[in-house]
Amino acid sequence: MTTGLLEARDVVLGYSGPVVGPLSFTLERGDVLGLWGPNGAGKSTVLRAVVDGPRLLSGSLVREQGIRVAYQPQHPVRLAHMPITGREFLRYMGAGQRPPPSWLAPALGQRIDRLSGGQFQLLCIWSRLAWGADLVLLDEPTNNLDPRATAALAEMLDHEAGSRAVLLVSHERAFLEQVSTHILEVKAWS
Amino acid sequence: MELSAVLDPLFRVPLAAGLLASIVLPVLGNLLWLRDEWLAALGLAHLAAAGALLGLAAGLPALAAAPAGAGAGAGAKALLGARGNTAYGAMILAGWCATLLFAANTRLGDALAHAMVDGQLYFAQTEHLLALISLAVVAALMLPWLTPRLMRARLFLDDEQANRLPAWRWHLAMDLLAALAMALGTVTLGLMGAFALVFVPPWLAFRLAPSWRWAMLLAAAGGLVAYLAAFLLAMTLDQPFGPVLVTALLAEAAGAAAMAPSLARPSRPRSAPEP
Repeated sequence: MTTGLLEARDVVLGYSGPVVGPLSFTLERGDVLGLWGPNGAGKSTVLRAVVDGPRLLSGSLVREQGIRVAYQPQHPVRLAHMPITGREFLRYMGAGQRPPPSWLAPALGQRIDRLSGGQFQLLCIWSRLAWGADLVLLDEPTNNLDPRATAALAEMLDHEAGSRAVLLVSHERAFLEQVSTHILEVKAWS
Repeated sequence: MELSAVLDPLFRVPLAAGLLASIVLPVLGNLLWLRDEWLAALGLAHLAAAGALLGLAAGLPALAAAPAGAGAGAGAKALLGARGNTAYGAMILAGWCATLLFAANTRLGDALAHAMVDGQLYFAQTEHLLALISLAVVAALMLPWLTPRLMRARLFLDDEQANRLPAWRWHLAMDLLAALAMALGTVTLGLMGAFALVFVPPWLAFRLAPSWRWAMLLAAAGGLVAYLAAFLLAMTLDQPFGPVLVTALLAEAAGAAAMAPSLARPSRPRSAPEP
């Protein structure tokens, strides 16, 4: 039985061999746990483990039964031609019920394949948060974002974190310190 | 043949049957393009043709045997999780060689294989029309359920695994719907005509439409316009319907490309401007 939405105890993760660990953490609703570390440390591997990617080589990684998980990968899928507006995108991703932040308005009437990388990144992240997931996994959410967009992202996370848990990977320490309730440093397996 | 022959009651059922196919196939083609599976449609069309010929050799009507052939291919594809050009290429080759071998070794096979490839729309009967009406109804009922799930599977492909969703339901449903559509399209319009309807109008719609709703409308309209033009031309010029339909669709695409040269380029500039 878990004590939170997600609980990791002495977790070692990998594929053919260990990549990262051992790690321990517990995520409750309202938590924003930032995973910080250098490139190649295995931060994304931890997110993938929740999605059911890498093998759990030792330890335990348990999530609460029945929770809904939303995962935003480091490189969102972008098709060369995608005739769907930002508004339709949010509706199809189950995030159409909630009004999006005002600064997303310019993106709503455009085809998503014509948005800039930053606009699409923010649209995707909003769709993950507004979908109603209990646990949101964000891999390098500041990719493609300028300082103003990063500030908008931080505001969005601050506003939305209360009802869910967020597990967040970033190599930007300052951003993590701004948005996280606690930070875990991830080191590669050695 | 005179233009007035087009209005002959003899051709009303074929006209209506093809008209339905020309609307439904492009709409489903949009979903196939979304899934990057438009080539699979060609494989399904070949398997449908092979199924029809095998069924005829066994005394079964083509209208039943073709969906069985395509359905078997779709089922195998779903069961094996086969996606990508390798799987689709295998389907095309399997259907093609089965079609031609049946043609070479059965009494009516050669003529029927040609009919399947060329498209014998004018021999479409009431059963074809009823089958296509059923397909249109099924598609209309399923699309509101299928579209969000297929969209999410394409754009957030990890959600299904992360949430342990019974994704096989909608993926199999789409595979079977596509198989049925390609089978009915193949026996009504011909193999390449059916494939061209799921390929060309959606290709245009994906480039021109300002939204998904408009993409559906444009694809349907593109199929319908090309079909009506082909019907008229094939009748009046006494040409095989299938190639004329494909020609009409290609001309439609070429005309659109000439008017909007940006059609061939990706929507985003290679280095998108940042906010």
